Amino acid sequence: MNTSMGNDMLMNAQGHEADKLEEADTCLEVKSLNLYYGETQALDNVSLPIPRKQVTAFIGPSGCGKSTLLRCFNRMNDLVDSVRIEGKILLDGEDIYAPGVQVAQLRQRIGMVFQKPNPFPKSIYENVAYGLRLQGVKSRRMLDEVVEKALRGAALWDEVKDRLHENALGMSGGQQQRLVIARAIAVEPEVLLLDEPASALDPISTLKIEELIDELKERYTIVIVTHNMQQAARVSDQTAFMYMGKLIEHGTTETIFTNPAEKMTEDYITGRYG
Amino acid sequence: MENINIGQHISRRYNEELEDIRNRVLAMGGLVEQQLQDAMTALDNRDAGLAAEVVKRDFEVNAMEVAIDEECNSVLARRQPAASDLRLVVAVIKTITDLERIGDEAERIARMVSDLVDEDYSGRLFTQIRNLGHHVRTMVHGALDAFAHLDTDNAVKVWSEDRLVDEEYDSLMRELMTYMMEDPRTIPGILKAMFAARAMERIGDRAGNICEYVIYLVKGKDVRHTRIDDGMN
Repeated sequence: MNTSMGNDMLMNAQGHEADKLEEADTCLEVKSLNLYYGETQALDNVSLPIPRKQVTAFIGPSGCGKSTLLRCFNRMNDLVDSVRIEGKILLDGEDIYAPGVQVAQLRQRIGMVFQKPNPFPKSIYENVAYGLRLQGVKSRRMLDEVVEKALRGAALWDEVKDRLHENALGMSGGQQQRLVIARAIAVEPEVLLLDEPASALDPISTLKIEELIDELKERYTIVIVTHNMQQAARVSDQTAFMYMGKLIEHGTTETIFTNPAEKMTEDYITGRYG
Repeated sequence: MENINIGQHISRRYNEELEDIRNRVLAMGGLVEQQLQDAMTALDNRDAGLAAEVVKRDFEVNAMEVAIDEECNSVLARRQPAASDLRLVVAVIKTITDLERIGDEAERIARMVSDLVDEDYSGRLFTQIRNLGHHVRTMVHGALDAFAHLDTDNAVKVWSEDRLVDEEYDSLMRELMTYMMEDPRTIPGILKAMFAARAMERIGDRAGNICEYVIYLVKGKDVRHTRIDDGMN
């Protein structure tokens, strides 16, 4: 028995993780994306597939470009004057930055939830029905149905069903965040973008949001930006680590958190000096 | 990710905790090695006194296992270690279980020495199992060395030794059976010798396990049972 057999032993233990990523149906695909705020380059040649009906988490230190990348998915950066974008983002194979793409329609397909809950100063019911009213839906019965379905989908129905017409601003922070998620899913998007959705919430509300994310991925593709690494480890299927505008490494969350390939990733998730 | 480095966390306290765990495992390994060494010396010299010492000291090994286990639990609960830190804690928890069992096997060998030391046929039996004992002792030393230096080459080398130990054990069994057939009066003594030989063979297995944990810790690859997989493919 020599060591060559021992080396075989090492080779055979290679995981099947990479295959899992390859096989998954890609919903969004980022291709050689560069983004500049004026002279400053905020995203540097980022390429990344986002698999359908899975949760993909972006992690990285402040200013690494993760929120910028997230905002590219529903063209929120268009609102910033000095922004210049090169590269492509494909949604179901079609470039969302192609000329002729209707941004309002795109945002219907890709909903977004922010760090701070931002319900409208209207009733709970009207908050959820808002998107449908914009689309011109008038049927009371249809609105009722959608509002209930969305609130159930956001695990909020039981808590608010008896006060649907009270002002949404009277709800707790955790409830407001779930209301905003209900508002986002009421228009049946394909993708949900969550930008630090639980960072302003207490631990119990945070767990409720995480539980909700787990349920929502049955129906939606979810992309989440979070500073809380344990949260990324808990809720996501895929994790992408970014640093200074570059995508350093992406893979299954299990691999990233147990055996990352890059030293920079290792240093970041273990809390070491980079 | 092969750059295992326990230090350099932003939290200095965390560095100290992991370093402390690692040092305690090495200390426990040292004690277990000493137990095994003493059991073998007792066997070589037919020293019942030393054998009794080994039996008496086993509780120290057990206590170390419990203490290190507690420390690992505390790090898991409070630090939520990830990547190489997580693998370190997991590898330690598994390693100390095997070390504790090696300690138990050393105790078993020592008890056998105490039982057989006064028998007049003991000399012949002791010689037969001495070589096996020394072989597994070298394996344990090598496994701990691989753990201390995070040396996967050495881990693979020591792991490979286990097959030789198994062969030695099989041939020893055949030999001991021949003795029993030749002279049935030796059966009670030889049965005890067989238990001791079995203990040594198990020590070889456990040293091999520790080598697997070292590979997991350094390379992030689980190599357990891969030989079985090879056979199935």
